Amino acid sequence: MIPVLLIVIPLIGGLTGFFIKNGKSARDWSLIASLVTLVVSVVGLTVEKNSASLQFDGEWLPALGSSFAVGLDGLGQILTLLTALSFPIIFIATYRDEYKNANNFYALMLLSQAGLMGVFLANDALLFYFFWELALIPVYFLCSQWGGEKRIQATFKFFVYTFVGSLLMLVGIIYLYLHTADHSFSIKSFYDLNGRIPVADQTWLFWLLFIAFAIKMPIFPFHTWQPDTYEQSPTATTMVLSGIMVKMGLFGILRWLAPVLSTGTWVWGDTASALCIIGMIYASLIAIKQDDLKRLVAYSSIAHMGLMCLAIFGTTQTGLQGVMIQMFNHGINIIGLWIVVDLIERQFHTRKISELGGLAQKSPALAILLVIVALANVALPLTNAFVGEFLMFSGVFSSAATKYNVVFTVAASISIILSAVYTLNMIQKVFFGNTNALTEKAKDIYLNEKIILVVIVIAIIIVGVYPKPMLDITRESVDAILSKMNLKQ
Amino acid sequence: MNALIISAVWGIVMMFSGIFTKNKSTVRSIAIAGILILIVANSLDLQGGYHINIDTKNQLDFGTFGLLFNSIAFICTLIYFLLSGKDIENVGVNVAEYFALIFFVLCGVSIATSFNTLLMLFLGIEIISIPLYILTGSNKRNLKSTEASLKYFLMGAFSTGIMLLGIAFLYGASTTGTFFIEEIGIGKSSLSPLFIVGLLLLLISMSFKVSAAPFHFWTPDVYDGAPTVFTSFMATIVKSALFIAFIRLFHNSFGEIQPKWQIFVAIIIAATLFIGNLTAVFQQSVKRMLAYSSIAQAGFMLFAILTINPVAQDGILLYATAYSLATIGIFAILVKMKDRSFEGFNGLAKHHPVLAATNTIFLLSLSGIPLTAGFFAKYYMLMAALKMGQFLWLVVFAVLCAAVSIYYYFRVIQAMYFKDGEPQELQVSSSFKILLIIVAAIIILLGIFPQLLLDKMNILYM
Repeated sequence: MIPVLLIVIPLIGGLTGFFIKNGKSARDWSLIASLVTLVVSVVGLTVEKNSASLQFDGEWLPALGSSFAVGLDGLGQILTLLTALSFPIIFIATYRDEYKNANNFYALMLLSQAGLMGVFLANDALLFYFFWELALIPVYFLCSQWGGEKRIQATFKFFVYTFVGSLLMLVGIIYLYLHTADHSFSIKSFYDLNGRIPVADQTWLFWLLFIAFAIKMPIFPFHTWQPDTYEQSPTATTMVLSGIMVKMGLFGILRWLAPVLSTGTWVWGDTASALCIIGMIYASLIAIKQDDLKRLVAYSSIAHMGLMCLAIFGTTQTGLQGVMIQMFNHGINIIGLWIVVDLIERQFHTRKISELGGLAQKSPALAILLVIVALANVALPLTNAFVGEFLMFSGVFSSAATKYNVVFTVAASISIILSAVYTLNMIQKVFFGNTNALTEKAKDIYLNEKIILVVIVIAIIIVGVYPKPMLDITRESVDAILSKMNLKQ
Repeated sequence: MNALIISAVWGIVMMFSGIFTKNKSTVRSIAIAGILILIVANSLDLQGGYHINIDTKNQLDFGTFGLLFNSIAFICTLIYFLLSGKDIENVGVNVAEYFALIFFVLCGVSIATSFNTLLMLFLGIEIISIPLYILTGSNKRNLKSTEASLKYFLMGAFSTGIMLLGIAFLYGASTTGTFFIEEIGIGKSSLSPLFIVGLLLLLISMSFKVSAAPFHFWTPDVYDGAPTVFTSFMATIVKSALFIAFIRLFHNSFGEIQPKWQIFVAIIIAATLFIGNLTAVFQQSVKRMLAYSSIAQAGFMLFAILTINPVAQDGILLYATAYSLATIGIFAILVKMKDRSFEGFNGLAKHHPVLAATNTIFLLSLSGIPLTAGFFAKYYMLMAALKMGQFLWLVVFAVLCAAVSIYYYFRVIQAMYFKDGEPQELQVSSSFKILLIIVAAIIILLGIFPQLLLDKMNILYM
């Protein structure tokens, strides 16, 4: 029952949200709905594994071999928890943002949450595709309606990119469906296909699915939508996009690609890894040159996602475990960064690094919290990202799936160094140094913002110091995926 | 047979109603009553109750597939009458005749979906076409309308000629000298040149009728020139009916020699998708865009001809329903608009939220976004093609073209929601809005449970 609730609560919350005419009540209503979802998600964590309450299988389209099957496993739990946690954080952090037609804004936000939950919970390929698209539609409207000046073009580019990807994925899914023994979209039938699809078919099927996921993450060279969209979207939506939606791509590979087309994944692993590495270094270099805070964070996100994707193709237990933890951590960290960017933009009406300076003198609380979040972004030890990235690096390094493991590790670690360059550079220029006319009148942040940043910092440190519970949750999923992935031909 | 006779009779009733009453709304009420009777008569047909029966020597065969499509066509016509009936009155003075002509078209539809010989196919298609030539030119004072009518007539006559030639060739090629579609193709292990030429001529003329590229050139001009209300009817119900005739012909006559002609259909599909989608991108008027979009959608529907398997048969019914409902809805809104360019839609969401919201659902359905009927329509077509196993390149190409279609459908959405425009005074009644909401609800319902439509058919098949 829990998975259904996770989808239904935001769905109903969103649909009712449209009819609340008062913007402020709509905002509070959405906050309450998202908090209820969080409670359900936490309850889901406490329930014993394999319990019946974590699975649900309802009849949907029996003639097509598709059913409304949703369920929670370790991987799903990590990502639904991230989704459930992020939305209240986002709502509280942007509590003071004013929107035109606020009720529609909050309603669409909740609908996108419902879509995201569905993606992470679906145990049926057609259902997965449904939710995959449904998560996109509200975000399209959110960005186009409440975004920046060039929002319409930017969002449209984003939409077309992802739509091409998902249609290709649909072709792949239908092809796989036609080859299942019992003509069913259920995940079990798809996993049973493993090893039964001829290698020649797997090699092109892989790309049909991988392109959809690569666009979502995004992986070089499918990333060009991302900086524009992040820049033009309203910050709350950017948080959803970068904190959660990009994880749909990684999740897609982990759940629907690697275990189903294991040979295809193995055959193209090196190519995909090379793309990840190119993207990581390329994005990091661009990030160094950025003067716009939003674009800087956007490019840094491409670099981080690249590493996670690389670790998946490494196909090791440590690496996959690192990916799962890091998906959660990256979500939390990047939302933290966006909150800081949003706070700066709201106060000074600029995102240009060159126009800011000396903020630490004026708003010490913000500075302290940002430094911790930023250090987590660079994966300093004792922060959550260190655990994840360390595991991933050690996974890639010890990978038996590729001959180039050392090359990949070295190349990938260059991007870590580069990430330190741009992150520290940004901190230095924005927060330290002399104040200028603009930052002279800066005020410190409000209580709700402090609380939310403190929550994020606590999450960063707790996971950084004591990651064991997270590792425990994901272990079983990692083993399940690994058992289906082909290490050697 | 019930529906066939009643539609012809009711057409005559409509003609005379113009003599007895000058009240336009009475005429419309008679038409709506007629279509309701047709729906009932057709469901009686579906249940096997042939109350009116004329021995046609097996020239007409009322199978479930055709009858079910008739139901869809009649219901769509009902929705069309309810949504756009008032606008038909505004086209000109001869309101009763317009309705009469539409009933004659419906008569042609019931023949074209149930023909058993090539003669009946020809008759059905001609009965559909001739009233349409008149309807296209019904706005007599408008030069564009007259031009469109003439163009349509010339092109239509030309393609009919090709069709007749094809039929004659097939007749000559058949050993027994038969027009029956099921006997033409039988025993063609080695195909005579005569037969192949006949088949290709029929393929070309049918492609003409459903506006598949490269035989589509009449479509944009005719759809654009015709009064918008009649474009709506031509582009949806008539087009779907012609597809049913197309699939019926190829399924029954040429199904066994499918590999021989498949490649031609595949090329036509690729050309149709490419030209339809790409040209639609460059249009400035929504009406013209919809004309090209109807070509692009025809490209997807042609997958049913390419594959002619049971999945495709389910799919074409779903596709016809989804496409017709959405397009009728968009046209109904378009008729009300003052400025029919993309800019005319600017800021519609602010002033007419219901129109904008329902229009968005229609457009999403045409683009094939999940949760709308349009998604499952495309899904069935892709499924049918993939099931066949060949032509994977075509499937991928179709999918990329579907992505292009996003561009022009979403331009309308962008205009309505994200751009500011002058408030417009539109004459929309609340019943019009409620009806739009109902149509949108049907589209979403079919988008979640397509079985509602298809199960009914499967049950009836048994």
